[in-house]
Amino acid sequence: MKILVCVKQVPDMESKFKIDASSKWYDQADLVYKINEYDEYAAEEAVRLKEKVAGSELVVLSIGPERVKDVIRKVLAMGADRGVHILDNEEHLKDPYQKASIIANYAKNENFDIVFTGLQSEDRGSAQVAPLLAGLLGYNFVSTVVGFEYNDDKITVERELEGGLKAKVSLPLSAVVSCQLGLNTPRYPTLPNIMKAKRKKLDTVNVADLLDGDALVETQKIFIPEKKAGGIVLEGEVDKIADELIQILKEKTQVVK
Amino acid sequence: MKALLVGEYKQGKVEESSYELVGFAKQLGLDAVMFFVADDGAEIKFDGKVYVADAGKYTEYNPDLHKALIEEVINKENPDLIVFSHSSYGWDIAFRVAADLKVAAISEVVDFNKDEKTFIVPCCNSKFRREVKPKTDKVVVTLQGGAFQPVMEGSPQIEKIDLPEAKSNVEFLGFVEKEKVGVDLTSAEIIVSAGRGVGKKENVEIVKALADALGGELGASRPVVDAGWVDPSRQVGTTGQIVAPKLYIACGISGAIQHLAGMKKSNFIVAINKDKDAPISEVADVFVAADLLEFVPVLTEKLKK
Ligand SMILES: Cc1cc2nc3c(=O)[nH]c(=O)nc-3n(C[C@H](O)[C@H](O)[C@H](O)COP(=O)(O)OP(=O)(O)OC[C@H]3O[C@@H](n4cnc5c(N)ncnc54)[C@H](O)[C@@H]3O)c2cc1C
Repeated sequence: MKILVCVKQVPDMESKFKIDASSKWYDQADLVYKINEYDEYAAEEAVRLKEKVAGSELVVLSIGPERVKDVIRKVLAMGADRGVHILDNEEHLKDPYQKASIIANYAKNENFDIVFTGLQSEDRGSAQVAPLLAGLLGYNFVSTVVGFEYNDDKITVERELEGGLKAKVSLPLSAVVSCQLGLNTPRYPTLPNIMKAKRKKLDTVNVADLLDGDALVETQKIFIPEKKAGGIVLEGEVDKIADELIQILKEKTQVVK
Repeated sequence: MKALLVGEYKQGKVEESSYELVGFAKQLGLDAVMFFVADDGAEIKFDGKVYVADAGKYTEYNPDLHKALIEEVINKENPDLIVFSHSSYGWDIAFRVAADLKVAAISEVVDFNKDEKTFIVPCCNSKFRREVKPKTDKVVVTLQGGAFQPVMEGSPQIEKIDLPEAKSNVEFLGFVEKEKVGVDLTSAEIIVSAGRGVGKKENVEIVKALADALGGELGASRPVVDAGWVDPSRQVGTTGQIVAPKLYIACGISGAIQHLAGMKKSNFIVAINKDKDAPISEVADVFVAADLLEFVPVLTEKLKK
């Protein structure tokens, strides 16, 4: 079986973000980057499937500048066989349709049986790349997966719906699967596996070789939403603000006396 | 401009969020028709034409068939905007429709700029908003839950819709309900919740001690539950419990939309967070900018006295 997992590198969302000079995105300098949380679940499920089906090959792909090699290496250390880095210094300016078509153009010659992705990225949160990719490749698709099983060329998954409800569905390969938080417990790469990953194949492809269309959506600007006025902010010495908070709770709520 | 509003029908009922799509169309002054896969006699409130496909035949969950039905309606109506909820249903279908039509898709719309004809969407866990412009005439959008006022009125002119050939690769095996064991947070007057900011399992005790000192219940955000630090029955949010206590204290919770949706109706909200830009500050009555590991034990001791 040939398996692809697509991962994105995102900044830690607790970062102090600044808007960049173009006003179209956040300033990418001086941020701490990591693997997109949803993709970590996708990577773990892909590795488990590879381990289950003898003779499988697992490829990990990421689009972005040089630094995204870090997340590719992380997934190689988790157990992927080889990496593909699509070098694109302007990844942040592309829309989901372009990203999906870049991946589709890479994948169409490889004939993957299954493609794992995260449900969404932590920064953009569009939840579009996986379904667009499925559409472009003509693959079956299922989103928001919190349970996954593979048997006899079929996958059976649990999809998370709202309010604690799940839908159990089965579908044949080839398929694109977008993974939701809590699907599994992602493994930590061990030191020997990190060392081994350094010797695994990691190809770089220039994005210009794969991109074949314009964006369908354009970001005009990015801005900081207005905060609701009226909230009290307490800061400073812990002992003092604890007293202040208790005072406020006594005055404003009936439940603290 | 004309809109096709794709409503949701689940377990024999129209989902409330469907009426937020109607509110959105009203707010934009759009000419709108709706679509549902529903049972005969489903109670749909809408002042206009509604295409209804039979849920008995197409099942409540079959994204392939529902997608084909929606595309059939698009052919008939030629709408400029095709509107879904930003929900598990929307994620499964909306963007595949966009791929088939090769048109712009915009997710999680929270507002619209009439002059510029642009859509406003959040990004980076709501620390920012993006203003985006579609470059195609037809556009698929998904709307963030709660962003538009629901409009639920009128009786629709129902038009049945069927597919000449219905083919699907997806087999729906049934719904799985969450086990209803554990605590019922909906009746708690005070909830003190632990978020990922607690750092590790042992630190949940610090938050639990505060809940005990106040005579309240322990709640949690999703990552804390996914990591196995707190029982799933204590999760607050869209996929957990929707709560409205008199006092809600969020410890180390950033305030992602799915968490806010579960607790923003609380009477009084306190957030303890070391990041002053955390989106939870948008709903907090009191924002304590502090390290919870230092602050919470001090607060607990003082409350015990
Ligand atoms: C379909 C779907 C459904 C979801 N359903 C839910 C749901 O029901 N409930 C839910 O909660 N989430 C849900 N989520 C997940 C949600 O999007 C967020 O990922 C989640 O709520 C984040 O949890 P958090 O705030 O605890 O963690 P984070 O977002 O990681 O935030 C941690 C916060 O802690 C602060 N912090 C860190 N250390 C400290 C410290 N020492 N002292 C003080 N502050 C500190 C940080 O500044 C940060 O703001 C859902 C997501 C999806 C896509």
